[in-house]
Amino acid sequence: MLLTSLYNYWVVIALMMIGLYMVIAQGNLIKKVIGLNIFQTSVFIFYISVGKVDGGGAPILEQGENLYSNPLPHVLILTAIVVGIATTALALALVIRIKRAYGSVEERDIQAAEDFQAAGRVAGEEKPC
Amino acid sequence: MLSHLPILQVILPLVAAPSCLIIRRATLVWLFTLGVCLAALAVSALLLQQVYTTGPISYALGGWDAPWGIEYRIDLLNAWVLLIVSGLSSAVIAAAHSSIARELAAGRQMLFYTLYLLCFAGLLGIVATGDVFNVFVFLEISSLSSYALLALGRDRRALWASFQYLIMGTIGATFILIGIGFLYMMTGTLNMADLAARLPAVSGTTTVLAAFAFIFVGICLKLALFPMHLWLPNAYSYAPSIVTAFLAATATKVALYLLLRFTVTVFGVDFALASLPLELLLIGLGLAGVFAASAVAIYQVDIKRMFAYSSVAQVGYMVVGIGIGTATALQATLLHLFNHALMKGGLFLALAGLVYQVGGCRIDSFRGLGRTMPWTMAAIAIGGISLIGMPLTVGFVSKWYLVAAAIDAGLWWVAILVVLGSLLAVLYVWRLVEAGYLQSPPEALAMIRREAPLGLLLPTWLLIAANLYFGVDTRLPVAVTAAASQFLLGGAAP
Repeated sequence: MLLTSLYNYWVVIALMMIGLYMVIAQGNLIKKVIGLNIFQTSVFIFYISVGKVDGGGAPILEQGENLYSNPLPHVLILTAIVVGIATTALALALVIRIKRAYGSVEERDIQAAEDFQAAGRVAGEEKPC
Repeated sequence: MLSHLPILQVILPLVAAPSCLIIRRATLVWLFTLGVCLAALAVSALLLQQVYTTGPISYALGGWDAPWGIEYRIDLLNAWVLLIVSGLSSAVIAAAHSSIARELAAGRQMLFYTLYLLCFAGLLGIVATGDVFNVFVFLEISSLSSYALLALGRDRRALWASFQYLIMGTIGATFILIGIGFLYMMTGTLNMADLAARLPAVSGTTTVLAAFAFIFVGICLKLALFPMHLWLPNAYSYAPSIVTAFLAATATKVALYLLLRFTVTVFGVDFALASLPLELLLIGLGLAGVFAASAVAIYQVDIKRMFAYSSVAQVGYMVVGIGIGTATALQATLLHLFNHALMKGGLFLALAGLVYQVGGCRIDSFRGLGRTMPWTMAAIAIGGISLIGMPLTVGFVSKWYLVAAAIDAGLWWVAILVVLGSLLAVLYVWRLVEAGYLQSPPEALAMIRREAPLGLLLPTWLLIAANLYFGVDTRLPVAVTAAASQFLLGGAAP
């Protein structure tokens, strides 16, 4: 019963964990961004689930309809979706520039390039900070 | 006009930001941005004065009353933080022109000013609003623009640092969003004052506990509280110098304000301390941050990076103040909020001057700096002394209050550790003083005096002079923070 009545919350938790895991475990920057998206989407679903009232309809004044779902969380999440899109766009723009600067979108390669550069600096190469 | 001050504070830079794109000429955009920042400073000074004399101001956005509409609520705490943020932003932008012209390509300068104002508006919005969802929106406005600001750095590592900050920052902000969702589930309200009134009735539930945990961790990520500080050193080291000065002086302060606002006002001290060992957690993490970050700072070759680690350590002191939780301790935190903004603002601006002339700020660049750039070096030395917390500087005032609060609360070991932590600061500041005054400059530069441009030097010295002035004449900050901390605790207790 617990499983079926709250199943959207279980979906939220599953998506959240998948998203977070991808952000942490994936070395590919694009996959990290996708993981971040899944993570954020799970929160959107969470908010939308919170606003749902059993048997409630859309919050529009209409004859014979007097049970409404709560529109506020839905409106809030519209804002959060916009924020999420902006974040994704910015992240992808950064990935493009990282690809140009480092020639790779793999965390491992970028880290290796950093370490190489750091080793060069110890040997006395002056770089602007 | 005066009754609309709370919204003017935020809307002014927000509307001005896109206007920068219309102006297009770098010098004009700079003057325009400076004007907007100064106007915001005037607004926040008026607000503080008004709140100090007549008590909290409530402003209903669009005329919709408080629990339904969005309320902007200015009390002493956020009026104080608003003043710090707008004051420091004005000082930093005053110095920006020559440094930005040197460090950014001509086509990007206008974008810098746009982003600066957007970030500024976001930070002011977080502080001014009394609505928790509004906090999230402004948090994202300021964060997204600060990721872009960081990515303006010339070094390619700025991109990588910015990406890492974006990942951490977004996870932090989403955690806060989850927490806000839980709060809304339990109380059906998003207004901070309303939440504070309704939460005690449901405070025993796991949902509220989870909300608190999510919000707490989310804010600590933005705050760069040890051990969640890993994004900060890279972000600060590779960003353009002016951006570093701006973020160091304002962004962490605003995150700290949020931590205070949520633990003290929204959840209430009683809940926060009763349900979690928060006292121990904050003092423990704060002190761990002080020691770990200071120890790492001692070994840094890049001085911007060194001061970035030092920022993590200073955040530790402020968090210790919240952890102790008495009125004096909160006052120490609020004082240090102001004082640290002055120190780091001044120091990073001085480093901007160094980068302008030398093109880098590694420890080798400091050799003989006392002779080649005497004013810049003196600013760094005085800022460093203030960072250590020597008498006659602002650093001393806040450390004094913090140690006094720890002793009052019977936490002798905290007081001793705070003093020991300051000794670590002596070590890393001494390296700079030694290189600057005791070593001779490299042969080629020996006899050339090449001070940073006046436009950079004046704002730097304005902040450094403020370090000294408020270290001696402590009336204004002490009076305001004393009243603010009394108000905070008075408001929290039933």
